[in-house]
Amino acid sequence: MTQYETVIGLEFHAELKTKTKIFCSCPTDFSAEPNTHVCPVCLGLPGVLPVLNKRAVELAIKAGLALNCQISHLSKFDRKNYFYPDLPKGYQVTQFPLPICTNGYLIIKDDAGNDKRIRINRIHLEEDAGKLVHSGTTIATSAYSLPDYNRAAVPLIEIVTEPDLSSAEEAKNFAEMLKLTLQYAAVSDVKMEQGSLRCDVNISLRPQGQKELGVKTEIKNLNSFRSILRAVAYEQTRQTEALDNGERIIQETLTWDDDNGTAFSMRSKEDAHDYHYFPEPDLVPTIVEQDWIDEVAKELPELPQKRKYRLVDQYGLSDYDASTIVNNPVLALFFDRVLYHYDDPKTVANWLLGEISRLVKSSEEEIEMISLKPDDVAYLLTQVKEGAINNNSAKAVLEEMFQTGKEPDAIIKEKGFAQISDTSALQDAVKAVISANPQPVADYRQGKKQALGFLLGQIMKATGGQANPQAVREILINALDNE
Amino acid sequence: MSSPETTTITSWNIRQLAQALQDQTVTSVQATEAYLGRINQIDSILHAYITVTQEKALADAQASDNRRAAGKILGPLDGVPMALKDIFCTKGILTTCASKILANFVPPYDATSWQMLERKGAVLLGKCNMDEFAMGSSNENSAFFAARNPFDIERVPGGSSGGSAAACAADLAVYTLGTDTGGSVRQPAAYCGVVGLKPTYGRISRFGIVPYASSLDQVGIFAKDTEDCALVLSAVAGKDEYDSTSMPLDVPDYTKACQKDVRGMTIGIPKEFLGQGIDREIIAALEDGAAKLEQLGAVIKEVSLPHTPYALSAYYILATAEASANLARYDGVRYGLRIEKDNVSDTMEATRSAGFGDEVKRRIMLGTYALSSGYYDAYYNKTLQVRTLIKDDYDQVFAGGIDCLLTPAAPTTAFKIGEKTGDPLAMYMSDVCTVPINMAGLPGLVFPYRLSGDLPLGLQLIGAPFGEEKLFTVGHALECPRLLPRDIITQAKKKGVVA
Ligand SMILES: [Zn+2]
Repeated sequence: MTQYETVIGLEFHAELKTKTKIFCSCPTDFSAEPNTHVCPVCLGLPGVLPVLNKRAVELAIKAGLALNCQISHLSKFDRKNYFYPDLPKGYQVTQFPLPICTNGYLIIKDDAGNDKRIRINRIHLEEDAGKLVHSGTTIATSAYSLPDYNRAAVPLIEIVTEPDLSSAEEAKNFAEMLKLTLQYAAVSDVKMEQGSLRCDVNISLRPQGQKELGVKTEIKNLNSFRSILRAVAYEQTRQTEALDNGERIIQETLTWDDDNGTAFSMRSKEDAHDYHYFPEPDLVPTIVEQDWIDEVAKELPELPQKRKYRLVDQYGLSDYDASTIVNNPVLALFFDRVLYHYDDPKTVANWLLGEISRLVKSSEEEIEMISLKPDDVAYLLTQVKEGAINNNSAKAVLEEMFQTGKEPDAIIKEKGFAQISDTSALQDAVKAVISANPQPVADYRQGKKQALGFLLGQIMKATGGQANPQAVREILINALDNE
Repeated sequence: MSSPETTTITSWNIRQLAQALQDQTVTSVQATEAYLGRINQIDSILHAYITVTQEKALADAQASDNRRAAGKILGPLDGVPMALKDIFCTKGILTTCASKILANFVPPYDATSWQMLERKGAVLLGKCNMDEFAMGSSNENSAFFAARNPFDIERVPGGSSGGSAAACAADLAVYTLGTDTGGSVRQPAAYCGVVGLKPTYGRISRFGIVPYASSLDQVGIFAKDTEDCALVLSAVAGKDEYDSTSMPLDVPDYTKACQKDVRGMTIGIPKEFLGQGIDREIIAALEDGAAKLEQLGAVIKEVSLPHTPYALSAYYILATAEASANLARYDGVRYGLRIEKDNVSDTMEATRSAGFGDEVKRRIMLGTYALSSGYYDAYYNKTLQVRTLIKDDYDQVFAGGIDCLLTPAAPTTAFKIGEKTGDPLAMYMSDVCTVPINMAGLPGLVFPYRLSGDLPLGLQLIGAPFGEEKLFTVGHALECPRLLPRDIITQAKKKGVVA
């Protein structure tokens, strides 16, 4: 039987995190009542003109830099023409021949766990369409559909890869790495479930060793990493079976049905749209000087790949721990902030991935929602290190901090967790234990050093566990040796 | 002091009315009433207006008189009654574009150019007739009624801004605004014997102008003479933050240019504009004008703009391509006409079929075809190349020391209503002298030179980018005294035209 090689390219749409829309000053936030964040410009009323939002350009540049792209000094907008009720002007303003970013890449893990470079063809800026709420399931079968133009003209970037991916797992890895990178760059909310990150997959098969590409299909409506994984696997199987049966693959666009785990055809190439692209005459070319790019580059934080190298190579964390921290930008930022005040990466990682993660998990909160402050955690760890509080008490304090948001110092005092390091108080306790236990004292003095452990235990017991063990040990040995 | 006669008031230009207002021999309300009275009397014959905003006009006139009484006048245009082509969006006032598809459209915003005038005290008399969506050269493509030429009511006023031209010529407004995509201000100005200016692309904001072809559209001015025109340009020109294509350049007092001497200026006559199809009498007038300029001390030079013959066909590809997208928004979903059908695509189709007139449909189809994959390179892309070549022609001529060019404004004087409606190509030819200037983005000024029989004959001046001042200087030197049409009611009676 023929062995096939799978060729996959991905297209992503990410909504940019601007305060206002791309061509007008309407707000972009999600939650408003339908058709309240609209104006004559984003409703496409006659005679209005677009004015480009500079921040949208900046975020597109930032995304381009994060994805290792070349930033175009000159880019242009075009009109993509088609009729649909969610498209107020009857065309979408997008970028066709001259996009803002080109020739980027991201490094992901291939199926063998090795690094693989996936090329990015282009990133272009465009406006989103509105949203239709159908009374039925589709526009054709509904009695009516209600348009909501709040989302119309929200800025988007479209990111298009080269067909460099060769498995479902790789496609998912790329999508995850892309999401993470955009998250670090803070250009988009990248929430697939909410539609602020959307993914389309192009997939074709060719016999192993063949040079030219097979006929591809495009799968739309992938709302999670899992659906990317499933849709690619589904289409791989479908195309393999078709080719094995001697059938021809038809170039078409499919919609993924996540509930049933199948894809159905939306349209074939024959009735594919002719979008009649042409330059948008209402906007002037977008000129981006190097100075501007340099300014934007300064906004860019350390990106996931580099960050992971720092955690493994510089701090000696395990690959697994480093990945766990880096894969969650909020956790990674928390880590860095604690580390800023408490310079012991391994201890910080242990607390973060152990106790703090346990608390977050049991609270069922998202980590970004918790009220724990990194410098409070650093303070607590410092107290442990300096012997002012023991490890078990520290865990209890942390939990209290987590629940109430109180400062660690207050909790330690309130609960009496502070270790007794006061020498005179400890000397009294030592004296009492020595006089109450003549036999072990005699044993110790005769050279049975294990009697020391028993005496130490008695002192800790007498002080309710709050004595600083280090200090007790010193005072006890001193007392036994000198009397 | 007794008030001047109504017909005297409406014959005044801006400066004369401004002077009378200042001297308090007339109030803005009186002037506005005079105009409203005249509109009421003869516009049922001329059809220059689609909407007359009587109440607003009188209220604005009263407000102007109050300002004047308080000594807070907003400049020479304060209290002066004027009108807008029905393509300018006017907040709270019907804006139809002479189309059934927008027959009920009331915009919630003002065009920037109108807003600038309103803030200078302009009194709006109404919205003028036009070819539907500015597509036409005779005003016969209005979905409501054709406007008539005041000099001969059996002839067209030109188009697409025919109503604005007729209103200015027939004293139904002191001045009017139109738009010019391929000659839509200059050709009707020539036909109606008034001054018509299309400024440089980017000189006046396009915000709030219902677009036909965005890379060619520009707001234009109709006035009774060049100095009035200069006065209005100074009031509406300038950068608009809501129009990315408007240019951030200083706006001079253009009226000063009217007082300048043409001595020492070099005027080019492009030979490509004197070819086939141009009336002999128009060429004779142009030669006469050139001779007059020489007498005034200007130098006349023959020049060549070799790509001129390609301009008209390139224009009809470029303009229709842009129009096909600009008019896509009229789908019956959000505003305007809606013919309800069983599903959304049938609704869109029925709405557009019923809402657009034949010429609009013709141009949408032409433009859609030119942008189709497979034809794009042969048509649209080729057109962009031609456009660059045309621009280069003009750049070279102006770089060679030419101050401005003198050409015919149109191949003929005004033609008869119905004469060209069956032959779109013949109709398109009437814009052959004006279209290249839009393709090159340059300023063009048409002024009346003399009467040819009963009909006005206009000439055109073309300037370098943002060279409007030189056009005013030369235009002021060459324009004839104001041409007056014969009495409209007498014409109507004689020709059996029923109001
Ligand atoms: Zn808006």
